[in-house]
Amino acid sequence: MEDNISLGNLTVIKSPKGWLNIGLKELWAYRELVYFFIWRDIKVRYKQTAIGALWAIFQPLVTMLIFTIFFGRFAKMPSDNIPYPIFVYVGLLLWNYFSFGLSHSSDSMVSNANIIQKVYFPRLIIPISSSLTGLIDFFIASAIFIGLMVYYRFSPRISIILYFPLLILITFLSSVGLGCFFASVNVKYRDVRYALPFFIQMLMFLTPVIYPMSMLGNKYKWLLYFNPMSGVIETARGVIFGNRAIDTALLLSSMIISLFLFIFGIMYFRKTERYFADII
Amino acid sequence: MPRPIIEVKGLSKKYRISHQGGYLALRDILASCLKKPFEVLKHRREKLPSREDIWALKDVSFDIKQGEVVGLIGRNGAGKTTLLKILSKITYPAEGEVYLWGRVGSLLEVGTGFHAELTGRENIYFNGAILGMKKKEIDRKFDEIVEFSGVEKFLDTPVKRFSSGMQVRLAFSVAAHLEPEILLVDEVLAVGDAQFQKKCLGKMKDISTGGRTILFVSHNMSAIRSLCSRTIMLENGRLAMDADTETVVSRYLDQNLKIGALISGKELESKLEGKINKLNPSIRFKEVAFFNAQDLPASTFNSGETIKIRITYECVTVVNNLNILIHIVDEESKVVFESRNTDNEDEANFYHRDPGVYVSTCVIPLNSLKETRLFVSVYLEYPKVEHLILDRILGFNIIFQGQNEISVGLKDSSTRPSIKWDTEFIGTKKQGEDL
Repeated sequence: MEDNISLGNLTVIKSPKGWLNIGLKELWAYRELVYFFIWRDIKVRYKQTAIGALWAIFQPLVTMLIFTIFFGRFAKMPSDNIPYPIFVYVGLLLWNYFSFGLSHSSDSMVSNANIIQKVYFPRLIIPISSSLTGLIDFFIASAIFIGLMVYYRFSPRISIILYFPLLILITFLSSVGLGCFFASVNVKYRDVRYALPFFIQMLMFLTPVIYPMSMLGNKYKWLLYFNPMSGVIETARGVIFGNRAIDTALLLSSMIISLFLFIFGIMYFRKTERYFADII
Repeated sequence: MPRPIIEVKGLSKKYRISHQGGYLALRDILASCLKKPFEVLKHRREKLPSREDIWALKDVSFDIKQGEVVGLIGRNGAGKTTLLKILSKITYPAEGEVYLWGRVGSLLEVGTGFHAELTGRENIYFNGAILGMKKKEIDRKFDEIVEFSGVEKFLDTPVKRFSSGMQVRLAFSVAAHLEPEILLVDEVLAVGDAQFQKKCLGKMKDISTGGRTILFVSHNMSAIRSLCSRTIMLENGRLAMDADTETVVSRYLDQNLKIGALISGKELESKLEGKINKLNPSIRFKEVAFFNAQDLPASTFNSGETIKIRITYECVTVVNNLNILIHIVDEESKVVFESRNTDNEDEANFYHRDPGVYVSTCVIPLNSLKETRLFVSVYLEYPKVEHLILDRILGFNIIFQGQNEISVGLKDSSTRPSIKWDTEFIGTKKQGEDL
């Protein structure tokens, strides 16, 4: 009997001091749970809806139509000579994934409070899987985009195969990083719940979603370098429409900032997670 | 000597209680910054004044050997759940450490993560995964889980259409099929019907005989007695006793349950549980007392004598539709019977109560209880507002006065009503002849 217990099985529990490591090994051991959380969220999302997953198609399409009418037609927003519908759709595609990931991961700890108080597993699984859930919508919306591309007779550069995974990764890292930070703040201060939608909306106007970065003069352009989503959306447009060179400096700054957000968010989350169960 | 599988050393846990209640809003912090900027800077660590530290656990140490089944008992708030939460890594201790030599499975609640919109099948998978099972493991045990729960027919129905009993059965079945080396179980058997509870206890016994280590929290002393060989008692966050189950359980029962004719004041208030509004109470318990047939205070009754239970309480505000419920409970925490004031038509019509002190009495008829020690639990329910519970607040003894002092089979019976018997000789019967 005693042979079953190896040293490897020892768990030591004590009061944590200082910053904790990310706990990658444990996260890996629990990887199946990420899948189950995503699976549950998808299953639950469209239960008792009449059109189900069609919502994932409607949402970006209708937003695109409205933006095209108001910003494209009425406001005559420049779009680097690309038809405004597909121009704005690329922006929305990536932006929607970012904002979904950010808002859902920020809310995830509070909405799973009952589970957190009763079962142990690495807490990071919750915000990470919340953000990953958004990828499903992203892929559905991307399929629509392929249809739009055919309609407008655009063919993307071949380098899209290289760039897109990178862009998705940057978006994921930024949304999870910020999401983890807000998720832990949300546990203590519920204000986050109310402030966040507002914050995300503001952020959208500080991201080249409905306008191209070229619209801003050189005087203000540098500001957008601090927003990781600028590089993501601008690069995506460059690769898809092939109308201009890719701004490597912008992309690089996106990568660095997203990595910073990710590490900072996760470290902050790990530092604060020890008291989640007590105060949530 | 087998090595301990669980080692707990000097464990302490502190909770900070804020007397203002509610969640901390950023606004409050900002406001206090604006009001007294310097003070906030000075006392950053001890910001808001009306706070208090409460030790949920204080310097608790014990070892558990592999294969032991240990009970954990104590009054509400003694620290049982906190201890289990620390052992299952849900929350961290303030001081001390724990060494666990093996995979830990904890069951602090039945059906954690059950989602009303998901079907029975889907919930088995999600719940199993949360509790730490791999998908393969769930696949393998799926049929067994379903069979144990007995809800085969509804597997593809959303659990929101399940009765609460069915949900509990399904949830327990998932949890019962966990196979950790160390199993931590909180009061989960308190739910479900009696038959299923029995099945669960049986399953727990199977698990324990399989060489696994179990730490089991319960208020149900008979479950503790039948499962655990050793029991630990906590009191106000401290380890009060750690010995064989019989010794600890009887000490717990003696200590916590008062036998007597009357309880009131602080002593009564300290035992108050339930949904209580401490700031603006609408109802208050004052006293619970027993009287014999001669209207004298008593705690020992002859079986041939009536027992009068007098409950005194105050309505602070106007109270409508008040329900008073008593449970007569035996030493094993089993309810012998219950009675509600509104069972009486007169009382049911007594709907409106003005502020003031009230006395409600009920009389247990003579010759209805067997000779034993019994306890009364009193519930005062103001629907949707307050719900006061005095669990086993006062005990009394019944002495039998009758022909047969000891009856065979009385052990399993909870009541001993005096029932009229009549035997008559009606003559001898011959073959083929009708009487």
